[in-house]
Amino acid sequence: MRRVNSKSESLWSEEFAVEAAAEQYVSRRQFSKFLVLTSMGMFAGQIWILVKNWFRPTTVYKEKPVALISEIGIGEVKLFSYPEPADACIMIRTAADHYVAYSQKCTHLSCAVYYEKEANRLECPCHEGYFSVSDGSVLQGPPPRPLPTVVLKREGDNLIATGIKL
Amino acid sequence: MTEYGFFIDPSRCIGCQSCVNACAECETHRGYPMIHVDFIDRRNTIDTVPMVCMHCDKPTCAEVCPADAIKKNEDGVVQSSLKPRCIGCSNCVLACPFGVPKMMSELEQMMKCDMCYDRTSSGKRPMCATVCPSQALAYVPMEQILRERREKPANLFFFGNEPVRTKVFMMVPPDVDAMSIDVLDYMWEPCR
Repeated sequence: MRRVNSKSESLWSEEFAVEAAAEQYVSRRQFSKFLVLTSMGMFAGQIWILVKNWFRPTTVYKEKPVALISEIGIGEVKLFSYPEPADACIMIRTAADHYVAYSQKCTHLSCAVYYEKEANRLECPCHEGYFSVSDGSVLQGPPPRPLPTVVLKREGDNLIATGIKL
Repeated sequence: MTEYGFFIDPSRCIGCQSCVNACAECETHRGYPMIHVDFIDRRNTIDTVPMVCMHCDKPTCAEVCPADAIKKNEDGVVQSSLKPRCIGCSNCVLACPFGVPKMMSELEQMMKCDMCYDRTSSGKRPMCATVCPSQALAYVPMEQILRERREKPANLFFFGNEPVRTKVFMMVPPDVDAMSIDVLDYMWEPCR
């Protein structure tokens, strides 16, 4: 590498030198050095993420009564929020003694999903993403992941949300 | 080895187009001359000017090239664009103060006068200078031109306030040191 330009010249004119002799070629050794060092950096980064994951505190969800059994008819829906007031969820009574609840945020671009009774599925109107009612899995469309499931517990007449299963 | 220089003397040009045809004979761009022979003011005079690449010290064409395709060799000769790099944007064509680079649309590449690099690098004279009958284009040692000509070689141009020093010399009257070119003045035309 020979530098023809003086220091007073701008960086671009040094990197894109007009003189053929001042062109800076990347040698094979330089390139393989770059490859090895970057992949080592990537590897170290992965290890760091893994270690950080081990020490991450598990989220503790509070129990919260979200509905009364008498509120919802079969095939009807109740909207609630869990665990925080801003986290919209949707509960569906699919059978006489069967309730399911999911986060209402579509996993694609966070539009609110709704229950389509005829097709018996959860639909996102934005990009036509369909989710299964039985387990929240993606049936069709762009969503990359199933809907987070709200774990429900029944205590007498109350339905209590106890956690979220991603 | 004697250092040869390239000298242009527009006052000697007879407009015979020999240089144009000799240039078009070249293997690397057969059929396409890289030299320009232009009428200055055809309405009033038959004067012509041959124009080869002046090979600037700081070539504007190379400085504006977004693809880094134009390079100057150690001997100061600015080469045609590198084929793998040239994107055919014509920036150099617009930027060159002397109007030298030519955009080859069929090749999508800029080509320009490279002082017949294949010939001059092995001690031969450029094609145009060998055929010029009036030696308006001359490739001779500096001592010879100083000895034989009344005019003086000069290689400093001013485009407005921008100085441009070139490898190729222009023959000018003995009392002139640098040529000042007012581009706007040349572009100006009176309303008819």
